[in-house]
Amino acid sequence: MRENALRLGFFAALLLCWELIVRTGIWPDYLFPGPVQVFDALRHEVEDLTLFYAIATSLRRFVLGFSVALVIGIGLGLFIGSIRAARETVGVLLVGLQSLPNIAWLPMGLLWFGLNDGAILFVIVMGVVNSVAMATADGIRNVPPLYRRAARTMGAHGVALYLNVVLPAALPSIMTGIKLGWTFGWHALIAGEMLFVSLGLGHLLVMGRELSDMAQVMAVMLVIVAIGLIMERLVFSPLERRVRRRWGLERA
Amino acid sequence: MTPPAAVTPHATVDVRRQQCPYPLLMIKKALDGLREGEVLEAQTDHLPTVRETTPRFCRDMGYALRVIEEPGLWRLIITKGSEAPKPVSVTLDGVTKRYRSSGGMVTALDDITLEILEGEFVCIVGPSGCGKSTLLNLIAGLEFPDAGSVKIKGHPVTGAGADRVVIFQDGALFPWLTVRQNVEFGLKINGVEPQVRRDLAMDYLKMVHLTRFADSLVHELSGGMRQRVAIARGLAMDPDILLMDEPFASLDAQTRDLLHVELQEIWAATSKTILFITHNVREAVCLGSRIAVMTYRPGRIKETFSITHHRPRHLEDPGLIDASAMILKALRSEVDKAMKAELGDA
Repeated sequence: MRENALRLGFFAALLLCWELIVRTGIWPDYLFPGPVQVFDALRHEVEDLTLFYAIATSLRRFVLGFSVALVIGIGLGLFIGSIRAARETVGVLLVGLQSLPNIAWLPMGLLWFGLNDGAILFVIVMGVVNSVAMATADGIRNVPPLYRRAARTMGAHGVALYLNVVLPAALPSIMTGIKLGWTFGWHALIAGEMLFVSLGLGHLLVMGRELSDMAQVMAVMLVIVAIGLIMERLVFSPLERRVRRRWGLERA
Repeated sequence: MTPPAAVTPHATVDVRRQQCPYPLLMIKKALDGLREGEVLEAQTDHLPTVRETTPRFCRDMGYALRVIEEPGLWRLIITKGSEAPKPVSVTLDGVTKRYRSSGGMVTALDDITLEILEGEFVCIVGPSGCGKSTLLNLIAGLEFPDAGSVKIKGHPVTGAGADRVVIFQDGALFPWLTVRQNVEFGLKINGVEPQVRRDLAMDYLKMVHLTRFADSLVHELSGGMRQRVAIARGLAMDPDILLMDEPFASLDAQTRDLLHVELQEIWAATSKTILFITHNVREAVCLGSRIAVMTYRPGRIKETFSITHHRPRHLEDPGLIDASAMILKALRSEVDKAMKAELGDA
């Protein structure tokens, strides 16, 4: 309860500062609009449903790309984490690819898939796979050998050993990778949507620039931040915490 | 200091080396003259005789043996029994295991020969690093010997099997499962129906007095409770052999004493073969029907002791105190060696 009050106070103060700075008139309001204008722009977007359409488009892409990336990432992580030779080869490649900004995959995606959803999905997948695969591989490598031994003496081997022991034991680490991967994927999605007429949130942002409508730009940025916060707070953090508590890694 | 023999012997035979070239033959002759239930005391100053007596008379003939050590002398108290000889469960024959370590090759186990009979409770004591856990892993099928053979009921060990369950020092319970799900784990892996394995799990949880905690998570339990769950999980598989690798080493003394009593009850109720690794001589004396002392690097079996003291055993019992003094004496030089090696002046 106290945290909520603190949070509310902080954001109220932030809005107040913003409004005060705008009132001083240091910058013209077409470059630095106040909260009132921004919320007006937001209301406008909500009223003509463009915002909902953009959010729906972006989220649909994200969910699709993220799901594909999870499957590939966890599969790849299993492979790297289980086979020593794979860690020394594919693992090193993944570490190298980590230095590549997600958006650097877009030109490749555009050439392969053209100006369409395929290219954006490609960027999301490339952004997410890496962190999920690395975290999965880490998790699997760090499964206490004792768990495997105990399971083996009880007759578990092969697929059963993986499904019942190795994957569950690695799940906290995999969850951390998923949480990290989601932010990478979200970044990649917005960045990708900015580059062509994609009708998502990123496109709405670019449209604001093209119309020199700073209020719209800021409104869309706020929406992106808000969605990010909601996903983090309502989906990924609780999920991660639940796993960590159940696994006894965090006090309930 | 001589512990009182439980019963006065019906006959005595002196098989000290000076008077007796064939000690085992002499003991056998003396035993032949006795009726079932009668007791023979054999006196020897020859360690191999002591070692040979156990397999010869306990295994082949099913007699009970108790060894009392005195300065320069062992008194073997043999009770002639009518039990059928017990079949062999585990056979280690000339087992050698080497490891590559930073300081070169280490011979963890050197030419170990040991037989464990069905239903026997064998404790292996030795200083840390003497290879006793390796010995257990070889029997579990988690590792394989460089020389010699490990057999279970006459069949060579080719890998881990559900007839041998290992109970590890920290339990190795799976934290993502509840207590009951942990106990069910082995059954689930082996395809037992959900309702059946649930009932079995509850039965074994009852045996270790943990039914109330069936739906708790592992990290909500104390160390002693976790070890109980591990024991229940092992028993639920209904293995022939329980391999226990210092299972109570990290518990406090009170909990350990309690679990000693419980484990003896479980052993009596289930008649499982148990191999129990420990560095704690008192623990070994309290639990084992036979105790093997291992040497430090290379790991060999230095001496075995049969403890036929009645159960449940209490450590205050003078007979047990004498037995542990005897074993400690055999162990002391090995612990010294291990300490020296650890401190780096060996």
